[in-house]
Amino acid sequence: MATKTALSYRIQGDTGEWEVVIGLEVHAQITSQAKLFSGAATAFGAEPNSQVSLVDAAMPGMLPVLNGECIRQAVRTGMAIGAVINKWSRFDRKNYFYADLPQGYQISQLYHPLVGEGTITISLDEKDPNAEVKAIGVERIHVEQDAGKLMHDQHPTRSYVDLNRSGVALMEIVSKPDMRSPAEAGAYLSKLRSILRYVGSCDGNMDQGSMRADVNVSVRKPGEPFGTRTETKNVNSVRFVMQAIEYEARRQIEVLESGGRIVQETRLFDPDKGETRSMRSKEDAQDYRYFPDPDLLPLELDDSFLEDCRASLPELPDAKRRRYEESLGLTAYNAAVLTAEAETARWFEALLAESARIQKKGEQEVARAAANWLLSDLYGALNRLGKGIDESPVSPEQGAELLALIADGTISNTLGKQVFEIMLETGDAPGEIVEERGMKQTSDTGAIEAVIAEILAKNPNQLEQYRGGKEALFGFFVGQTMKAMAGKANPAMVNELLKKALS
Amino acid sequence: MSALTDLGVAAIRNGVRDGDFSAREVAEAFNTAVAGADALNAFIVKTPEHALAAADAADKARAAGETLKPLAGVPIGMKDLFATKGVQTTAASHILEGFKPEYESTVSHKLWGAGAGMLGKLNLDQFAMGSSNETSYFGNVISPWRRGEGDTTPLAPGGSSGGSSAAIAARLCPAATGTDTGGSIRQPAAFTGISGIKPTYGRCSRWGVVAFASSLDQPGPMAHDVRDCAIMLEAMAGFDPRDSTSLDMAVPKWEAGLSADLRGKRVGIPAEYRMDGTPAEIEALWQQGIAWLKDAGAEIVEVSLPHTKYALPAYYIIAPAEASSNLARYDGVRYGLRELAEGQNLQEMYAATRAAGFGDEVKRRILIGTYVLSAGFYDAYYTQAQKVRTLIARDFDNAWSQCDLLLTPTAPSAAFGLGEKVDPLAMYLNDVFTVPASLAGVPAMSVPGGLDSAGLPLGLQIIGKPFDEQGVLNAGLALEQRADFTARPKVWW
Repeated sequence: MATKTALSYRIQGDTGEWEVVIGLEVHAQITSQAKLFSGAATAFGAEPNSQVSLVDAAMPGMLPVLNGECIRQAVRTGMAIGAVINKWSRFDRKNYFYADLPQGYQISQLYHPLVGEGTITISLDEKDPNAEVKAIGVERIHVEQDAGKLMHDQHPTRSYVDLNRSGVALMEIVSKPDMRSPAEAGAYLSKLRSILRYVGSCDGNMDQGSMRADVNVSVRKPGEPFGTRTETKNVNSVRFVMQAIEYEARRQIEVLESGGRIVQETRLFDPDKGETRSMRSKEDAQDYRYFPDPDLLPLELDDSFLEDCRASLPELPDAKRRRYEESLGLTAYNAAVLTAEAETARWFEALLAESARIQKKGEQEVARAAANWLLSDLYGALNRLGKGIDESPVSPEQGAELLALIADGTISNTLGKQVFEIMLETGDAPGEIVEERGMKQTSDTGAIEAVIAEILAKNPNQLEQYRGGKEALFGFFVGQTMKAMAGKANPAMVNELLKKALS
Repeated sequence: MSALTDLGVAAIRNGVRDGDFSAREVAEAFNTAVAGADALNAFIVKTPEHALAAADAADKARAAGETLKPLAGVPIGMKDLFATKGVQTTAASHILEGFKPEYESTVSHKLWGAGAGMLGKLNLDQFAMGSSNETSYFGNVISPWRRGEGDTTPLAPGGSSGGSSAAIAARLCPAATGTDTGGSIRQPAAFTGISGIKPTYGRCSRWGVVAFASSLDQPGPMAHDVRDCAIMLEAMAGFDPRDSTSLDMAVPKWEAGLSADLRGKRVGIPAEYRMDGTPAEIEALWQQGIAWLKDAGAEIVEVSLPHTKYALPAYYIIAPAEASSNLARYDGVRYGLRELAEGQNLQEMYAATRAAGFGDEVKRRILIGTYVLSAGFYDAYYTQAQKVRTLIARDFDNAWSQCDLLLTPTAPSAAFGLGEKVDPLAMYLNDVFTVPASLAGVPAMSVPGGLDSAGLPLGLQIIGKPFDEQGVLNAGLALEQRADFTARPKVWW
């Protein structure tokens, strides 16, 4: 019921219910060593103007040369969302003056984009296998240059410009106006980011600006035609996108209900106030004078290039999730969490492969234990340490070794947790820890029987009560035995031998 | 022996190789000629030391018994549209005054690699926009030619490569680079009695050449004769991975392939190039050219290029459209001129910088280009012009089924007086015979055919199939041998 309500999200106004219509234009920086049309480097956080070629600075007579890797990444991204790949595309110049735009134009693709229509399937609750799913249309993906960055805080009266970003390759991923709630937009953005990371075409780091969204919002009464939209530029987190939509939808409703009309305009999101505010209206909109860039030939892709792109695609999150459920027998929840981020899935699969190898079992036999350990023990530890899985102090190989020690009875589950804590602190291998600290579980019948005999002798009262019918005291004897053996006794064996001794 | 400055590229190359004179003697002779010709205003910057250094390298190589490079000992002029490392590169504009690039254009780099030296940077129409050299910020070049005895009317050397044409005609350099967007090599060559070839679009790299109209701009050589053009072009041409529109084809041995024997060649005479108002002398020279080519063994055929009359209007939409965008980078932010009064904002800086930095003709073309690309006008102008361009290219394709080459006049008149053409449209008409080959991207060259009644040179244009520079050069050679053009301007400067 909850998901149903979320999918038919409505805002209650004075005049009745309103529906929100959302489209996102996501700018994703393409992962590449070099810029789109120059050989300059693209690393984040470099000294200002240290990654600028003559082309990026638009020196006289400089010419763009297309970086094929950027095209390969955009094509792979298109394929990952099942999109049409246009074998013939072309670059256009978008002309406008700004200090962060050295050429006086941005090389983009207006008329003939590289990638056509595709689809991204979202679920409002990825962890709930029964949650409703929705297909969001992607209108197109085109490739274009990023601009530089103005710096207004370096001098009291002057602005400076850093051209490190100038010419960096972006994909503009344009959705259809298919989303109807902030939650859907958030789910779309998260899913898109997950796909980009799987494909490896964008690192998806919104806080570093390598992924940002222009948010188009309009409102209407259900069943009516689309309303006038506003575009809120450069929103740089999933949460902010959802906030901006919520704020903007309520603002528009208020304007409409008080008899006003919505002006098609560009707006800015203020993350401190959670508000959007007007930047420029359509009347001030620039005439970009797009025309085909005469410095570049049309881009023609051949079948072998496309085949190589397709062959290089990894298993994508939806397929992976189905496989985890169907072949590995994981729960829907575990499969969803393990596949949501490419890095987690990679870690899990390394753990799984190593576990199967050292335990000499099939992956499906060790999958559940591996998944449970990763999602509870490892995730718990990482949360505590405030680290991502890519920064885990324990490697998948070490994790697999630990799981094998538990699986073959060398240590108990409880001891396993203690060993893991020591691993986190010392970075030592679990086998060594168990060996050096004498944490091996004992299944030595004689040793356990000797301890049991001692315990029974020390506690005649309890023994009497137990034999008199107070069977709850069984746990007491288990505890005492385990304690005496410093937790190293095989619990199943303690149970069995105690029952025998007490009967 | 005649003066060293009378020698062309081949003669200097051979003389240095054979030890008839040293490369240093040649460089010094040209440096002296350049220094004494300020009245022509052909050079914006003189670089005598560059020419001497290249000459000394050639002499040293010869003394060491090394095989000499193809242009060893040959000093040349460099149109100031080519970026030259450490040497001011202005495109004859105020906005780039004082700009010294950190890089060397591909074409100039190749020329220096072939052993050539640089006498200086040659004047031109500002950003290569003009047909008379009157739009240069550094003042117009004056042609060394004059109308008859006693007439001192200053004449246009043609444009935009007017510094190149004037300097070669005045024997200030044996050869020079030019660039041709709509006739900027061929028309000035015709005005000054020299030869010049615009190769197939893409033959010479545009990397490091200040852009005017990217889809049309093409570097090429200008020199006294066809052989010298072939030698120069071989050194300038070649695939450049830094220019996406560069032709990935081997550079033919054009000099070795020169032959004036045109037997088996068919030369088309396009009916549409017979235009009203063409002077009778030009028409007569054209007929003479036909006779010369027949004499060289060619078969003459009448052909039609039906869309010729639309070429000029289409050109004056496409070229300014591209220019309006190409010139946006001159904004005062990173290099060149910056006009920024205290307290002014970015928009004001743009306006002041570009108002002060660009000349009238450049501004006119930026305005035209901005207009034709504007929303609501784009389809009517730019899209339409591109369609016309396609039709013009098709005209040539169709003609090639009937002939191998085309012969036309180069320009509709001989050199005109500076200041005589005040109407921009009248000036644009100068390109009427040269623009179609530019739009089609095919090779075309001008060779001197004779003098008009005022004693001024007239040129003939050979247009060829794509990549067939050899055919163009060979027909040019056949014309050259029969025209026997030996006239030269009398030194008055």
